[in-house]
Amino acid sequence: MEIPEKELLAPGHRACAGCGATIGVRLALKMLGENTVAVSATGCLEVITTPYPETSWKIPWIHVAFENAGAVASGVERALKAQGKDDVTVVAFAGDGGTADIGLQSLSGAMERGHNLIYICYDNEAYMNTGVQRSGATPYGASTTTTPHGEESFGENKPKKNIPMIMAAHGVPYVATASISYPEDFMMKVQKAKEVEGPAYIHLHQPCTTGWGYDSSKTIELGRLAVETGSWLLYEIVEGEFKITYRPLERKPVNVYLEAQKRFKHLADAEKEKIQNYVDEICAELKI
Amino acid sequence: MIKVMSANGAISEAVKMCKPKVIPVFPITPQTTISEYLAKFVADGVLDAEYIRVESEHSAISAAVGASGAGVRTFTATSSQGLALMHEILFVAAGMRTPIVLGNANRALSAPLSIWNDQQDSISERDTGWMQFFAENAQEALDFVIQAYKISEDHQVLLPSMVCVDGYILTHTVEPVDIPRQEDVDEFLPPYEPISYLDPKNPMSLGTFTDPDYYMEARYDMQTAMDGAKDVIRRVNKEFEEVFGRKHGLVESYKTEDAEIILVAMGSICGTIKTVVDYLREKGEKVGLLRVISFRPFPQEDIYQAVKGARRIAVLDKNISLGIGGVLFNEIKAKMDVNASGFILGLGGREISPDHIIEIIEKTRNPTETNKINWIGLKEEE
Repeated sequence: MEIPEKELLAPGHRACAGCGATIGVRLALKMLGENTVAVSATGCLEVITTPYPETSWKIPWIHVAFENAGAVASGVERALKAQGKDDVTVVAFAGDGGTADIGLQSLSGAMERGHNLIYICYDNEAYMNTGVQRSGATPYGASTTTTPHGEESFGENKPKKNIPMIMAAHGVPYVATASISYPEDFMMKVQKAKEVEGPAYIHLHQPCTTGWGYDSSKTIELGRLAVETGSWLLYEIVEGEFKITYRPLERKPVNVYLEAQKRFKHLADAEKEKIQNYVDEICAELKI
Repeated sequence: MIKVMSANGAISEAVKMCKPKVIPVFPITPQTTISEYLAKFVADGVLDAEYIRVESEHSAISAAVGASGAGVRTFTATSSQGLALMHEILFVAAGMRTPIVLGNANRALSAPLSIWNDQQDSISERDTGWMQFFAENAQEALDFVIQAYKISEDHQVLLPSMVCVDGYILTHTVEPVDIPRQEDVDEFLPPYEPISYLDPKNPMSLGTFTDPDYYMEARYDMQTAMDGAKDVIRRVNKEFEEVFGRKHGLVESYKTEDAEIILVAMGSICGTIKTVVDYLREKGEKVGLLRVISFRPFPQEDIYQAVKGARRIAVLDKNISLGIGGVLFNEIKAKMDVNASGFILGLGGREISPDHIIEIIEKTRNPTETNKINWIGLKEEE
């Protein structure tokens, strides 16, 4: 796979060392190219890349608020269309909070209306920008500042909300999951999303050193462990056709993924077993 | 050409002639017919715009900011709960200096739920950085939309505008409206020329994050622009008069010159007040009306010049800032040394009759307590 060398997200931004989100955006922009307008929801990405008067964005970029990236991108897309600038790609980047929770309505509207845009959710599985509070995308058992573990709590007590499938239920032409640790798989999906006429949704899993609690040198490793243990699946849904895009040769036990992170450190064996059973069930269905 | 239509019809005709490129809109009573007329114009091919059927008012204004940020003229319309749902993004639209024009059908806010008229909705958005122009009739609704684009898009201003029309009283009442010729509107309103917009050939970041070193200056610039907008409004009013022959201003003085008592009000109620003023003038009573057209920017100099000779003034509010009283009354009291009485009336569509106006004049002539909130048409008082 040919990977363009040109960087469209400049270095020197304010992200934590080992930030997974910025890796994802860098890779995505390489495929989308300069003739792109980016929309950001409020969140880590917006704050770290645009501290006025500086910006990391070498392409036009707009941020309006937390819950409306879908709507803002809709307005941008139609305004470009009205000016005959149909060749410009519109991409929205929003975190899991801006996607699964506060921004779900606006995203649903944009997907349903069929705008020609790409929406990439960078999913770090909690509200990281405000200091690791749980989101609808926080996985079962994770300790966050609003689902702390304690005498009466083992952390988040609900499984992760399945946003890619909710997007697929909108009948949009392209939905995919991806991981920053599988760059070729992700970039190929971005390329497909770019080529699709109509809305495309990519749910990008990205480890967060601060929120998950691991050494900042291990971001890519953690992303790989998520996929190799079956905790995160790589697939795409093209015009309704579901296809797994990566199968680990040998699925590792979930424990190796859980034990590498502080957010799961408190879990008792019983809870870990529940998580393993949950993963086994899904993977059995998908033959992973 | 004279056509008989409602203020919603007049706003829609004006929007069509101003040629916005993107119209994100969500229907709400009593704005609904605006969303319908514009959809029909687009469907019939007489308005070349992208009409976005958004899923909420929050997304309507968000898409409008996105479209305006991408460099095109944009329109949206709403009312009441819809405007309140937009609240957060109204600040952003103004702060990002997007010259969006919004038609607002003034309606009461819940609870209790009411679909009827008062002006609480837009008055409650007074601090958002939007200009607000209150129309007295359908003709003004049309004229103000055309002018609002020119004022908002002026590079000295670059703030969004709200054209406010009283729900039902104007939105659903038909009256004759002089529809201008398209070529005259084209002459008056040149194509929109954005300064900062999303362009891959010249990338910019819009809507960035600021630390305490920059935020205050951004707000200061907006206040300066809002202040300066008064002169832009005067100039645009003059240009409008030259092309279309109709005169508007920041305020309208109606028989105020020798008036001992002057009523101050906004919107359609001023039609009723003018009738009462004429009636009392015939009986030799020196009363007048000062109509505030531009609520933001607030034309305190123009108001003061018009009312300073009066013995007493009465300020009529179709809104209430709970805990202090009518907003227009309190702003006038704060900005000028006048003998004023404040009146709350017409909330949630409560009928306002000429007798109520006469009652207000009587109470103003012989005030009991000047800081008292005077409720007009309240059942408990009967």
